[in-house]
Amino acid sequence: MNPALINFVYIIASILFILGIKMLGKAETARKGNMLSSVGMLIAVVITLFDKKILDCTDPMSWGLLVGGLVLGAVIGVVVAKVVKMTSMPEMVALLNGFGGLASLLVAVGEYHYDMVLNKMPDDFSKFAIIATILIGGITFTGSVYAWGKLSGKISGKAKVYVGQKAVNAIVALLSLISAGAFIWAGQFDLGYQLMIGAVVFSLLLGIVAVMPIGGGDMPVVISLLNSLSGMAASAAGFVIQNNVLIVAGCLVGASGLILTVIMCKSMNRTLSNVLFSGFGSAGSKSQKVEGEMKPISTDDAYYVLEAAQNVVFIPGYGMAVAQAQHAVKELSEILENNGAEVSFAIHPVAGRMPGHMNVLLAEADVPYEQLKEMEEANRILEMADVAIVIGANDVVNPAAAEDKSSPIYGMPIIEAYKAKTVFALKRGKGAGFSGLENGLFFRPNTRMIYGDAKATINDLVAKFKDK
Amino acid sequence: MTLILLLFIFTLSAFLGFELISKVPSQLHTPLMSGSNAISGITIVGAIIATAGTEGSTTATIIGFVALVLATINVVGGYMVTDRMLAMFKKKGDK
Repeated sequence: MNPALINFVYIIASILFILGIKMLGKAETARKGNMLSSVGMLIAVVITLFDKKILDCTDPMSWGLLVGGLVLGAVIGVVVAKVVKMTSMPEMVALLNGFGGLASLLVAVGEYHYDMVLNKMPDDFSKFAIIATILIGGITFTGSVYAWGKLSGKISGKAKVYVGQKAVNAIVALLSLISAGAFIWAGQFDLGYQLMIGAVVFSLLLGIVAVMPIGGGDMPVVISLLNSLSGMAASAAGFVIQNNVLIVAGCLVGASGLILTVIMCKSMNRTLSNVLFSGFGSAGSKSQKVEGEMKPISTDDAYYVLEAAQNVVFIPGYGMAVAQAQHAVKELSEILENNGAEVSFAIHPVAGRMPGHMNVLLAEADVPYEQLKEMEEANRILEMADVAIVIGANDVVNPAAAEDKSSPIYGMPIIEAYKAKTVFALKRGKGAGFSGLENGLFFRPNTRMIYGDAKATINDLVAKFKDK
Repeated sequence: MTLILLLFIFTLSAFLGFELISKVPSQLHTPLMSGSNAISGITIVGAIIATAGTEGSTTATIIGFVALVLATINVVGGYMVTDRMLAMFKKKGDK
């Protein structure tokens, strides 16, 4: 087919991607936006099948693998998308993201291999594009898979740090860059091929060592950064095969992912480099000791307080996801509403393990999204709240962020739970949060601790309401 | 000249991408991320060409095939989980 026509269709696909991303930014249009962008993807794929290179292909094996690959990938994609639980969404997104990165890497490797078979040395810029795709794609792949392991609990979610880590990471990064530079310089395929394999290995290694020192609570930043990188890898692959739609779509994702990453960092009042390189939450950070003691309360007494409450705010955190308590929480919120109370949910932007994690979980439990309040509005509501129920959230409600200048989280905007008349903190045990910090909120005179599994506790409260 | 044109496109797309996502409510952060993640599976186009456009080299074809499977999972899985999530976001009273 005429290349101009193919490119014309690619322009239409790009427009659909742009509209799709734009519409994903508004609640009313988000679903339609996602559909538009999937239509864009479909027509981009279909028109590519009419590319001259494909039509000229007479090898039955190539055709078999082409059709087989599309079918196999689609079947696996449909199955995972249907089977995955909403609580496993962070690791699912990470894994899919890794696949995209590896696919881009392989496109670049395949291109160089084919150039070698044809004995046609690519020019310097093409070599630059090939090696850039490999580096970015490799980091995206292993970084995402490692993040998947952390999020799904297959490996410890804690930040792993060891002596000389920064030096090791710097050496791996340097080796990647050296092999990349030498690859571009290499004039022969034998040497070039070996250097390319070297760059593949080092970039894969780099993805692992880079994510290793980043702790679970910083995962929202890492996930959105990896998302941005997978876009950049696709865009770089677009330069390799000189294809407009890859460049545009990949770059859009790269840029929008970077914006989301910055939003996440701002929500923690930290810079991106601080998140990536500090090994936050691993070492015993020093900060003021918290005076006082934590006062527990039984669910019986908690029930009487809730029974009389006019305005209740739930503050969910990662603990709610772990306990899978979202449905129980929704049930309790309905009971409280029927009892005449105003109920809302205060959502911190980095609560959970991916951007918007809490929103997804609560939506799964059918909580209407008008009840989900963003930080600023939530803090206004909390001033008038009778009860704030903190469910497995810790650092995002830690008043040290506002008051203790020596605290590592000082300056991070928080949900001001302490403003409520009474605070119930649901917690499994007395331990500190992910950052290893004591939480002053739990020692406040208006705070009562309810120890135990969050889901069991909430169900217990629900049962007490039902008994009356 | 082609190179300059491609870089031109790249630069404009980058600025467009930055502009598109300035104010997104946090409830949409996850769908936005997984939806754009599906778009980054556009590398599927490169994988198609790498699979069937590399006649004469079995190795290149097989590398392309693996890329194709991975990219297709990324695209199909990405769009579908995003749709599943967005279908859950309901206003009060919607059933």
